[in-house]
Amino acid sequence: MVINSELLDVTLLSLYVSGVATIIGSAIGIPLGALIGLSEFGGKSVVKTLTYTLYGFPPVLAGLFIYYLFSRSGIFGFMGILFTPTAMILAETLLVIPLVTGITITSVSEVDRSVKDTVRSMGATHRQSVLTVMKEAWVGLVMAAMIGFGRVIAEVGAAYLVGGNIRGETRVLTTAIMLETRMGNFAWAMALGGVLLAVALSVFLFLRLLQEKEML
Amino acid sequence: MTVKISLEGVSRRYKDVDAVRDVSLSVNEGEVFGVLGPSGAGKSTLLRLMDLLESPDRGSVSVNGKQMDASSIGAYETRKTFGMVLQRPMVLNRSVWNNLCYPLRLRGWEEDRIEEKVGSELHKLGLHDRRGKNARTLSGGETQRLCFSRATIHNPQILLLDEFAANLDPANVVLLEGQVAGFIEEDASRTVVIVTHNMFQAKRMCDRIALMWNGEIIETADKDKFFSSPDDPRTSAFVKGELVY
Repeated sequence: MVINSELLDVTLLSLYVSGVATIIGSAIGIPLGALIGLSEFGGKSVVKTLTYTLYGFPPVLAGLFIYYLFSRSGIFGFMGILFTPTAMILAETLLVIPLVTGITITSVSEVDRSVKDTVRSMGATHRQSVLTVMKEAWVGLVMAAMIGFGRVIAEVGAAYLVGGNIRGETRVLTTAIMLETRMGNFAWAMALGGVLLAVALSVFLFLRLLQEKEML
Repeated sequence: MTVKISLEGVSRRYKDVDAVRDVSLSVNEGEVFGVLGPSGAGKSTLLRLMDLLESPDRGSVSVNGKQMDASSIGAYETRKTFGMVLQRPMVLNRSVWNNLCYPLRLRGWEEDRIEEKVGSELHKLGLHDRRGKNARTLSGGETQRLCFSRATIHNPQILLLDEFAANLDPANVVLLEGQVAGFIEEDASRTVVIVTHNMFQAKRMCDRIALMWNGEIIETADKDKFFSSPDDPRTSAFVKGELVY
């Protein structure tokens, strides 16, 4: 591996795929979790249990699902996105959604009932009170995104299955580590592991600072 | 005399507890109406029904002569004419300044007007130098007074206070009661409902008082009659401190 260019490309693609999957997964999971957490409906506990159960959704199954849909014989095969970063993003988004949804449900549910009552008593509409409760649950929502990102940046099964680990195209840090290990390049694999750890920690540190920021 | 809030045969049940049972009462414009009773009597639920935060299981609630409940279209518009301080004072996780701005922004006030109003309110509260601090860093008394200001900053015509000075030291109770008195003095047409278990506070502040017990209104009377010659023996026992609960 050529350090200067290929390592940079692999690292940037890892960040891109995991980052976009986290953003899309959060954009879906946060409103969905808020809707479930703040609404009262029959079967709510079943929906919550199902969401929490999906925390353990195997990455390779998410990859298989996307592979099935986007392979040549799949219903979306005509799009030709299999073995591209787009397919990797889709598979990883599937992994992020249940995590973010579940943590959002817990976070908004834990906001004190008096917050909802107070904002309603001040004349807030349902939409305004939901947005205020979500702002109060800010720490939990950032945590949801952190955990979602943590899951997909370290994920290898789905990325390998739908990305194919193609050099210069879909190779990310985790699949590169797997390849280098198989080829016996342990030193390289370890170095890539160090880069992966540094990238993950940097993103986590940034999100943690965001979480710690005093709300004003 | 204009009736501002009226309850007719209102009941509210939570699972297997009747919090409010067949309550009928009316609160008139310009009066300070007290709901007195021990903890668990259903006073807070009664106030939540008045504020349209909850709907009754039976009976009806009318505000300004218009029957409505929490699910009515326009309930939130009606709530905008109220101010309410809840039993547990709750500040939003944002600055002191933004806590006071919140109800005004909900009402679509322009930023210039908000700035002027909030600035003057913070000077009155003595919190202007801490306007940029997170409101959760305030002391209990400051929090309670901030919540009161936030509930009244939009000049509501009806103010609902739920144990608004509970758990405060005497100095802060005096400050808060002074804030309530100032609010009433500013406009004689304002209506205030005070829910409290503190009969001395009710005696100091209310014009008319209802005693609530096990979800029911036992007696409603003018303050003097309530404390000197009540009709119901339970009211008599309560004001003498002889009613065991």
